[in-house]
Amino acid sequence: MALLEVEDLATHFHTREGVVRAVDGVSFSIDKGETLGIVGESGSGKSVTCYSLMRLIPEPPGRIERGVARFDGQDLLQMGKSDLRHIRGDRISMIFQDPMTSLNPYLRISTQLIEAQQTHRDIDTKSALFKAIEALEEVGIPDAANRVKSYPHEFSGGMRQRVMIAMALINEPDLLIADEPTTALDVTVQAQILDIIKQRQERLGTAVILVTHDLGVVAGNCDKVNVMYAGQIVETGTASQVFYEAKHAYTRSLQKTIPSLQEKGQELYTIPGLPPDLSKPINGCAFHPRCPFPKTGHKGTERPSLKDVGDGHCFADCGFCDSSGSIEDVLAKGDLADTALPGEGAEA
Amino acid sequence: MSDISQTAPLQHKPQPDPAGPAVAAMLEELEEGSSLWKDAWARLRKNKLALTSLFIFVAIVLFCVVGPWLSPHDSQSQDLFVGAEGPSAKHWFGTDTLGRDLLVRVMEGGRISLLVGLVATTVSLMIGVIFGAVAGYMGGRVDAAMMRFVDLLYALPFTIFVILLMVAFGRSLWLMFVAIGCVEWLTMARIVRSGVIGLKKQEFVEAAVSLGYSHTRIITRHLIPNVLGPVIVISTLTVPAVMLLEAFLSFLGLGVQPPFASWGVLINEGQQNMEIFPWLLIFPAFFFALTLFCLNFLGDGLRDALDPKSAKD
Repeated sequence: MALLEVEDLATHFHTREGVVRAVDGVSFSIDKGETLGIVGESGSGKSVTCYSLMRLIPEPPGRIERGVARFDGQDLLQMGKSDLRHIRGDRISMIFQDPMTSLNPYLRISTQLIEAQQTHRDIDTKSALFKAIEALEEVGIPDAANRVKSYPHEFSGGMRQRVMIAMALINEPDLLIADEPTTALDVTVQAQILDIIKQRQERLGTAVILVTHDLGVVAGNCDKVNVMYAGQIVETGTASQVFYEAKHAYTRSLQKTIPSLQEKGQELYTIPGLPPDLSKPINGCAFHPRCPFPKTGHKGTERPSLKDVGDGHCFADCGFCDSSGSIEDVLAKGDLADTALPGEGAEA
Repeated sequence: MSDISQTAPLQHKPQPDPAGPAVAAMLEELEEGSSLWKDAWARLRKNKLALTSLFIFVAIVLFCVVGPWLSPHDSQSQDLFVGAEGPSAKHWFGTDTLGRDLLVRVMEGGRISLLVGLVATTVSLMIGVIFGAVAGYMGGRVDAAMMRFVDLLYALPFTIFVILLMVAFGRSLWLMFVAIGCVEWLTMARIVRSGVIGLKKQEFVEAAVSLGYSHTRIITRHLIPNVLGPVIVISTLTVPAVMLLEAFLSFLGLGVQPPFASWGVLINEGQQNMEIFPWLLIFPAFFFALTLFCLNFLGDGLRDALDPKSAKD
């Protein structure tokens, strides 16, 4: 049985402007020790998915409308507050985007690491301190025995993210949710942080959900990948399936935006237009207005559901665009997307 | 999963004893309790101005508490033949219009003023910080309801409120302390609430939730220490405000009654005769001002000391 099985998760925000369907029917599963990548643009629902699993959605305005998230047989979404507290930090923990603000500035690192252990374990302060030092060494903090008594502001961003990783993993959880753990860091530090997560994962057998908007990160680190767009998963499969045999027009457009894949001197590709307004109902494929591929018919009224194209590789095939050709050819034929946009834009 | 773990981290040590002495010292510290206050004290000790202020403040407190027992005079025995007389060898601070020794009256008045300042400020601190932190942390309707209650009390004229309390519970010095505290917490609650709302958005609070900490723990361990800076500054401003309120209430006949006096009452009496007997104003006003100066410098020092980021060592 999978460690975590999410079925038809939907989280909506009830704002004054209307209901924003931030996550609208997401299903996936993750096994022990596996790494699942969730990619997508800003506002595609990646973070909201993770926050929903941890039940960190501010309610109101947010609300988990439906769905099941079975973690080791228990439904996280229905669980009582006190049961949830035992799961959080002990069996599932989370790393946040901004390491500069995710440690309490008024408490020493040692205090924070000890508190994390003593909340869930019956452990005396001395052993907890030793374990904290050990955890800091394991995430590559030099001179951990002395550095442990520092305050967060005495660490750089990369070091703070290491401390966060140490703190999140100190109780050896089964699942680690990393919400864009490298976004706020220098490129040079990003790789180190990802390596550390990976090392710790291999040692502890932790499953990791890695949220990112960086396709490169996903390719190098994940077993499985979910590509999200407008609150739904549009393509899912193993990293190589999603990378080398990408089917969905959105996934392929995303790949095209990676700078290193482009010829030198060429203008960087950006996907034209903006993601749809999630407070308005979406008819047909949500990506339709921005899709660069030639349309072969009307976009329909239903959002396309995931179809298996072999070996668990699924994508949301709308059936109305001809995505058989290479994206380079399509783009070379003149800016189809740009000409198609005004009319479609008004519709969306 | 590829194998990049070649650069494996340090091996697990079953019984690690890394950097023995440093760790041992730290353990002692941890067992002694909250490192927050210990560190703050260590930093405060380096602040000359704050330390001097603390020293002077303690001296004033001792002067007021112990002084009257050592003095040969008594604050209430009148000598109408002497009347108001300037400072002399017998009466260092002179005597008031009823011939009472001013030195003893200043000391005894100080007892009341300091007590009112400390008790009422503590009361306002406790109510205000807890109320504000809970309102800010809970947010939404709870917050709205709690803050409307604060607005309601704000709208109520202070004098009427205190008179009502006095009428309902009888007149006593302690009740006056509590009554003043009950009024002064409103500003504190608003400031703490706004601080907490700002902090709540920071990820360390989310991280604390995601680590499974309870609400009480998050409020007391993670939010309140972070708003202590402004809270302390407001507290040092509350102390003089409270002392002045006490003088005002006494003037209305609701506070300290003759023959007892507080600094506020003494200053009030002194300013009535300011042109003829200036020492009646100068001495109590000097102690009052000195105390407020000390508290302000001390509060400023404490605020810096409590913020780990201000440490430059």
